[in-house]
Amino acid sequence: MNKLLISPSPHVHSGDSIEKNMYGVLIALIPAFICSVLFFGMGALVVTLTSVIACLLFEYLIQKFLLKQQPTVLDGSALITGVLLAFNVPSNLPVWIIIIGALVAIGIGKMSFGGLGCNIFNPALVGRVFLLISFPVQMTTWPVAAGFNTSYLDATTGATPLALLKEALKTGQSVSDIMTSGAVGSYRDLFLGNMGGSLGEIAAIALLIGLVFMLFRKIITWHIPVTIFATVFVFTGILHLCNPAQFADPIFHLLTGGLMLGAIFMATDYVTSPMSNKGMIIYGIGIGIITVVIRVFGAYPEGMSFAILIMNAFTPLINRYCKPERFA
Amino acid sequence: MLKTFKIGGVHPPENKLSSGEKIQILPVPEQVIIPLGQHIGAPATPIVQKGDTVKAGQLIATATGFVSANIHSSVSGTVVAVDSVTDAAGLSKPAITIKVEGDDWEADIDRSAKTEHNITLSREEIVKAISAAGIVGMGGATFPTQVKLSPPPGSKAEILIINGVECEPYLTADHRIMLEKAEEIVVGVQILMKAIDVKRAVIGIENNKRDAIEKLQSLTAKTLGVEVCPLKVKYPQGGEKQLIKATTGRAVPSGALPIAVGAVVQNAGTALAVYEAVMKHKPLIERVVTVTGKSVKKPGNYLCRIGTPISKLIEAAGGLPEDTVKIIGGGPMMGRAMVNPDSPILKGTSGVLIVNDKEGARKPSRNCIRCSKCVSACPMGLEPYLLMTLADHNMLEQMETEKIMDCIECGSCSFTCPANRPLLDYIRLGKARTGAMIRNKKK
Repeated sequence: MNKLLISPSPHVHSGDSIEKNMYGVLIALIPAFICSVLFFGMGALVVTLTSVIACLLFEYLIQKFLLKQQPTVLDGSALITGVLLAFNVPSNLPVWIIIIGALVAIGIGKMSFGGLGCNIFNPALVGRVFLLISFPVQMTTWPVAAGFNTSYLDATTGATPLALLKEALKTGQSVSDIMTSGAVGSYRDLFLGNMGGSLGEIAAIALLIGLVFMLFRKIITWHIPVTIFATVFVFTGILHLCNPAQFADPIFHLLTGGLMLGAIFMATDYVTSPMSNKGMIIYGIGIGIITVVIRVFGAYPEGMSFAILIMNAFTPLINRYCKPERFA
Repeated sequence: MLKTFKIGGVHPPENKLSSGEKIQILPVPEQVIIPLGQHIGAPATPIVQKGDTVKAGQLIATATGFVSANIHSSVSGTVVAVDSVTDAAGLSKPAITIKVEGDDWEADIDRSAKTEHNITLSREEIVKAISAAGIVGMGGATFPTQVKLSPPPGSKAEILIINGVECEPYLTADHRIMLEKAEEIVVGVQILMKAIDVKRAVIGIENNKRDAIEKLQSLTAKTLGVEVCPLKVKYPQGGEKQLIKATTGRAVPSGALPIAVGAVVQNAGTALAVYEAVMKHKPLIERVVTVTGKSVKKPGNYLCRIGTPISKLIEAAGGLPEDTVKIIGGGPMMGRAMVNPDSPILKGTSGVLIVNDKEGARKPSRNCIRCSKCVSACPMGLEPYLLMTLADHNMLEQMETEKIMDCIECGSCSFTCPANRPLLDYIRLGKARTGAMIRNKKK
């Protein structure tokens, strides 16, 4: 007989692991990735691969040589950061810019706080916003979703539906003029992903399939994404009812500008979102409101990234004041 | 929709390997070791000396104070030592060792198989008989039963809840007694109802024990006020507060006892022991124990004399498997790992679980990824991740405000954690220190 092990209870474990959750999220991202390759061609592949490899490499190098830790690159978290960073940039972004984004995401967004579980802000969004501010031109010239044969660096470019809307409203056109002009595309196009935009944010249907998968596998709960959808729907719905010429309808807002990607995959990041259900709902409402305010009244045509980062900063405060429902 | 408790809970693999195994009688060993502290409270005071001859069922140690319990000899033979032995946890504890000679029982114990239905004793006499028989909570908490049956002044019991949940994976002892001793248990329930003067009793059983539910339902159909309540399978439904919530919808407030909502909870095994004590004059000297595990050759349920070495039980189940890494007294979620397989079976030993090398060792703890799965799993609505950090930093006041004392130590948090963090280990530590601080403040 072996020597008996002594340890306090419980003596069994669910078998759940960080890897299972992280790779589960990656599986949920596959439909969106397939859609992005179908609409943007090789560019989507190059950008995603560059971003993933750069994130893994930076995490490995920082852990090994700077922090002198046992590297944990295979836990899947850097992989997700890489994929999400790529999903949040245009598919014609030059490789060197992506590498800078990956360095900021992993180096500043994640490892400077102490690595997995310690960061305050979503690393992929830190990288993305850094790039958006530093390289505004490259970050806002999106290739037109022309299909699998779209070339990587010489693609025809165009604006996103939200940017088109914002520009047109400035020139005094009404919302219905823009919608009927054909520049924006039908709801069917928006739902399937046939529009300009960052490479992973376009196909609402693919992102929703990912959401269903994550809910089914109990990787996330419904609270954050559903609250964001509901808040954006209600807020933009009220605006639209007040003045349909000035404010687009809620469905348009739900389907455009990375709202799905942000609500399903970025806002639900374990580390940077609140712990209790009540907290998650407050967090979701906050993201929804800030997004709409930036989109409708702010300078940027879309506001999801900023909204999530702002609410990330409130997460510790939310955790402090929103306790789970006690037994009695 | 089956009833269950509202917040938290997990569903570990049930692994009820021995649920189809009939209760067998484990042969009387050559020697028994009967510890004096088999219950919560002060250890009993021995009243026999080395060299005395005792009979099975004879009182050998008396309760010391109110929260304590009598101890009886489970065998006939000669007392060979009244000293200290190493218990299952490796600590030295007072115990009486008896060398077995024959199997001679006290004369007034009725050992016939006939079920007695006629409860003639008065309330006070019932509580006295239970107290004399040394009955304690048989689910594992081992709180002296007579204390639970004497509500503090000013409170009145309204409902008796019988815990037949057995939510721990692997264990099947309660399942088997509810199936094989159903009649006796129903009488035991009626005795307990009379003892606390209530008109209603609910037997809560998880729905993975359909046969026991049906058997008890058929028996209680004609019994006034006794009702069987099938429950959804969810751990830790056998927790007192969870069971009260599941069966009655009442929530016991933080820091209060079940009597605060008019409930008294007793284990199904306790109901059987109460029946035997009151109707058959038999003190608590034997109990049904499950011996089980994935590598065990013959998992089963055995009626064992208290004090029998656990190794004898393991022998009966086909011997200790080669790949054993851990022996647990109780179930896998709340049981205790043993240092010593020769330690005795106690009043609170509901099972012996033998864990093989595939599930035995813990994985190393990693960074908290703040996934909030521990928060969703906690049946008390606490934040295990936060309590672990507070315990690590010894922040006593914060732990008190965060309700660490409400923790029932069910282990759902550690079970769930994807980062394998030892949440409950730290929470136990924090609880002990916070509890000490609260007691010091009161002084």
